[in-house]
Amino acid sequence: MGPEQAINTTLANGKLQLAIYTGTGRMIDKRKAVTAATVLPEFEELRTEANRLKRHTLENLDHYLLQLEANVQAHGGKVIWCKDGGEVADFVLNLAKERGARRIVKSKSMTSEEIDLNERVEKHGMEAVETDLGEYILQLAHHRPYHIVLPALHLTRYDVADIFTRGLGVEREVVIEEQTRIARRVLREKFLAADIGITGANFLVADNGAIVTVTNEGNGRLTATMPKIHIAVAGIEKVIPRARDLAVFLKLLGRSATGQPLTVYTNMVSGPRREGETDGPDEFYLVLIDNGRTRLLADREKRQSLYCIRCGACLNHCPVYRKIGGHNYPWVYSGPIGKIITPQYHGVMQDPWLPFASSLCGACGQVCPVKIEIPKILLALRNDVVKAKQREGQSRLEKLGFRMWAWLMRHPKLFELAGTAGSSVLTDEEGTGWIRRLSPLFNVGPLKSWFSQRDLPAPAERSFRQQWRQRAAQPKREEN
Amino acid sequence: MMERENILHRVRTALGRSAGQAPAAVPEPWSRIPAMSADERIERLLANVRELSGKTLRARSQAEALRYAEELVAGRTAVASNAPYLAECGVTALHGVQSGFGDREALRAVAEKADIGITSADYALAETGSLVLLSSAEEARMISLLPMIHLAILPASRILTGLDELYATEPEPMSRTSAMVLITGPSRTADIEQILVRGVHGPGEIHVVVVE
Repeated sequence: MGPEQAINTTLANGKLQLAIYTGTGRMIDKRKAVTAATVLPEFEELRTEANRLKRHTLENLDHYLLQLEANVQAHGGKVIWCKDGGEVADFVLNLAKERGARRIVKSKSMTSEEIDLNERVEKHGMEAVETDLGEYILQLAHHRPYHIVLPALHLTRYDVADIFTRGLGVEREVVIEEQTRIARRVLREKFLAADIGITGANFLVADNGAIVTVTNEGNGRLTATMPKIHIAVAGIEKVIPRARDLAVFLKLLGRSATGQPLTVYTNMVSGPRREGETDGPDEFYLVLIDNGRTRLLADREKRQSLYCIRCGACLNHCPVYRKIGGHNYPWVYSGPIGKIITPQYHGVMQDPWLPFASSLCGACGQVCPVKIEIPKILLALRNDVVKAKQREGQSRLEKLGFRMWAWLMRHPKLFELAGTAGSSVLTDEEGTGWIRRLSPLFNVGPLKSWFSQRDLPAPAERSFRQQWRQRAAQPKREEN
Repeated sequence: MMERENILHRVRTALGRSAGQAPAAVPEPWSRIPAMSADERIERLLANVRELSGKTLRARSQAEALRYAEELVAGRTAVASNAPYLAECGVTALHGVQSGFGDREALRAVAEKADIGITSADYALAETGSLVLLSSAEEARMISLLPMIHLAILPASRILTGLDELYATEPEPMSRTSAMVLITGPSRTADIEQILVRGVHGPGEIHVVVVE
């Protein structure tokens, strides 16, 4: 069973419902304004191209990873390969120990959320400060991101006022501009004092050995510029072949994520500062992480889940996300994309309800900038869940039910008899939920949850079969 | 490192590829560079910067650009990059402007406190209103990053149409710099209730002066 109670709590919270609905709604409008054919005629063409590039890169991933590594090294950087979050944390902690570093600033990275990097390094006495405003608020409040792009979507200025008062000891401030000033002041000191800056990467550019980060606030650029050590942590699927391909992806990313033709800071870096450059870090490390991605890669049909560029458009357009919000999904990745990648990373049986929590309306697939066929993958995952359940011998009752149904279907006489018997019992009642009122049987066990959201139309007076026979018995009407 | 071989092995197994196998042919780069006159480039760049709430000037001469900088700096402190174009315009000689830093720590101490950072730009993108800066001895990163106000002065000849032309012109930017940044408007956030606030971590105010 799914986390029904938590979902019901979200549904009953009017303030939260309004925040999610207006927040995602605004993003839908803004995206529409910059992707319309009148504004950007080549938008669809770009989506197709991005899909083609991602497919090509992933199908030749070993080649591009090696090219990337060679070019990072040629520019004086080091590449670290990690199986999982534990290995990433070990690397960071060892490096910090060697350099006598203790203070880390971080710019928003879903990959580091995925591996709980902050918790892992803080356990060892390090300070790891999130510098994206939304992420910083969440860190102070000990919340997980609510949305891939709008991490603090669920909080109001009044919540932020409380969080800042409690976490920073400042006077209560409810004006958003002032709250932003407070964060700038506090975090600027952190940037200037930090020993290590950790960023994620929106793209890894193989032919340049570069990482590209895209931020609006400038925290990504500060994180990669001010501390003496820059560590970029990225999943192996983030690689693209060439810098020239950035033109395609950058046009799609900002537009799909926040409705901006281009995000404010697009920062491309490779290696530490070079001879002659005035500033920039002295050391550069690119940490490549697998953490389950190669398992996903092995599935030809669902491999495309790795094309994701984390724009969040599928969340904004999802009727389910827009009701249940971002904290009712089992992992850091919420919404439709979370629904397809979580089961593939963790195994379908950890949260077997997840692929079913969808109306299959298809909006996610329609807006995806890299054309991931999310609905198709959801269906494939449902199939996987059913198969896994069969293997585990679960849902015996359901299997029995379907076997009886199949038997009945193969015996037309009996089927008709059952139908006639059924419709003589079932009265034609107006309104919804009639089937639940019909018999207490429909109000218990698996039938209860099925019929709590579904109703059957009342049966017709005469069945189709009866009508058919009568028609056949009548003399044929003459054609005119 | 062991894990490198493990990951590569898992990748190859997943894809059915063998070590050293050549990749399939990479798709031709997608690129569409529109025809745009020099005048249109200037106008579109500046209009897009204004759209992002930036201030702009289309200067007929370097002297006009200098006057703009002088008025902006008046009574405040500024740090200017070592871009030759700024010196050419006379900006580095202005009262209140410090320049000529080659040492990271010395620059940082000044840039941290300055009200205004003045740079040139290697390119600008008309279609998006972006400035493109390649890190070098002439163009340090902190100057366009730490102060609350960023002023960029560049000759009109450096304006490209957009992203496609940028990467066609600079297909390998990392061969000559360790950092290339595209700056598209002032630093901004909408993380609290999606209310737009400018100047979160980077400059909250941006001025772009194009000299014809």
